[in-house]
Amino acid sequence: MDNAIVATRPHSHETAVAAEHEHVVLPQHRHHFETKEQQREAATFGMWLFLLTEIMFFGGLFFAYLLYRNWYHDAFVVSSNQLSIPLGAANTAILISSGFFMALGVWAAEVQKKSLLVLFLVLTTVFGVAFLGIKGVEYHEKWEKHHIPGSHFDVSEFINPPINPKTGKPTETPLAPDMAQKTQVFFFLYFAMTGMHAFHMILGIGLLFWLTWRANRGEFSAGYVAPIENFGLYWHFVDIVWLFLFPLLYLINRHPGY
Amino acid sequence: MSEFHDPSNVLNPEHADHQIITPATYGMVFATLLIFTGVTVGAAYIDLGIFNPVVALAIACFKAVVVILFFMHVKYQSNLIKLTVAAGFFTFIVLITMTMSDYISRAWGLW
Repeated sequence: MDNAIVATRPHSHETAVAAEHEHVVLPQHRHHFETKEQQREAATFGMWLFLLTEIMFFGGLFFAYLLYRNWYHDAFVVSSNQLSIPLGAANTAILISSGFFMALGVWAAEVQKKSLLVLFLVLTTVFGVAFLGIKGVEYHEKWEKHHIPGSHFDVSEFINPPINPKTGKPTETPLAPDMAQKTQVFFFLYFAMTGMHAFHMILGIGLLFWLTWRANRGEFSAGYVAPIENFGLYWHFVDIVWLFLFPLLYLINRHPGY
Repeated sequence: MSEFHDPSNVLNPEHADHQIITPATYGMVFATLLIFTGVTVGAAYIDLGIFNPVVALAIACFKAVVVILFFMHVKYQSNLIKLTVAAGFFTFIVLITMTMSDYISRAWGLW
């Protein structure tokens, strides 16, 4: 709606009726917003303010990682090499796919195609669950190797790395016992960061079930897109956190030749 | 009941038409993200010395910007939303820089 024209027009019965008429067309239009564009922008603005607090929250974890990586670099190198790049890369692709279907879901809501919207929301959920499944496999491996920080943490593999039978050399640089203990800092941050990320995904999947149920009732295929759009912002934000977690935790300490 | 009393035109100053991003655009973004995931994994196996973390983080930042601009629609939003997003990341960088400059400039172990 072109407000420049509306604003210069003197207030009259016609404009009042036009405003009233809009309520009929768009029942979700709240009365304290002048236009649907204003309502839409306010919702997006509020969602982004929430996401900024999330940036600060994850930012604290990322800063802790940055600092301890500099302090205990050798310990971070060998413990990072414990993580599986194929599983991490597969999970990255899975999460990007989930975000792609979420984006398509927003499009389906915009063009008011109910069955497509439900399909895309279900696909978003399926890929999200697949991500958590692979994460579970990775956590289980750490549990079996006693690489979860705490009283049962096992540093022996970092002090006496396994010998590569082909070269006869250790597969990793052996660490002194005090530095080997610092691998717990890496694994603490690994579980804190990926765990917080996974927690956000679990919450998101819960919301996806609720949104899918509502979408199936046709609530978002008649011009009311805001819940789908704002959940999409949340889901893409969780994607972005992983886009940084993957290189920082899995990739950047990898050394060819070991 | 709402009245359109808006002489200074604050409601929709940019006359921002709501834009629906097409699946074709999303598909290109999706392909870009997958390709750069492959690139970042490949780069991790090449010994670039100190540039390994730099390359990995540069690719991660590029992917994040692509997600923010297209999947999160910021490219098509009003200046208010763009400024809000930019302000958030700027504040984050300020906090990181100030905290880190404190940590790296202390005489650790001398007191």
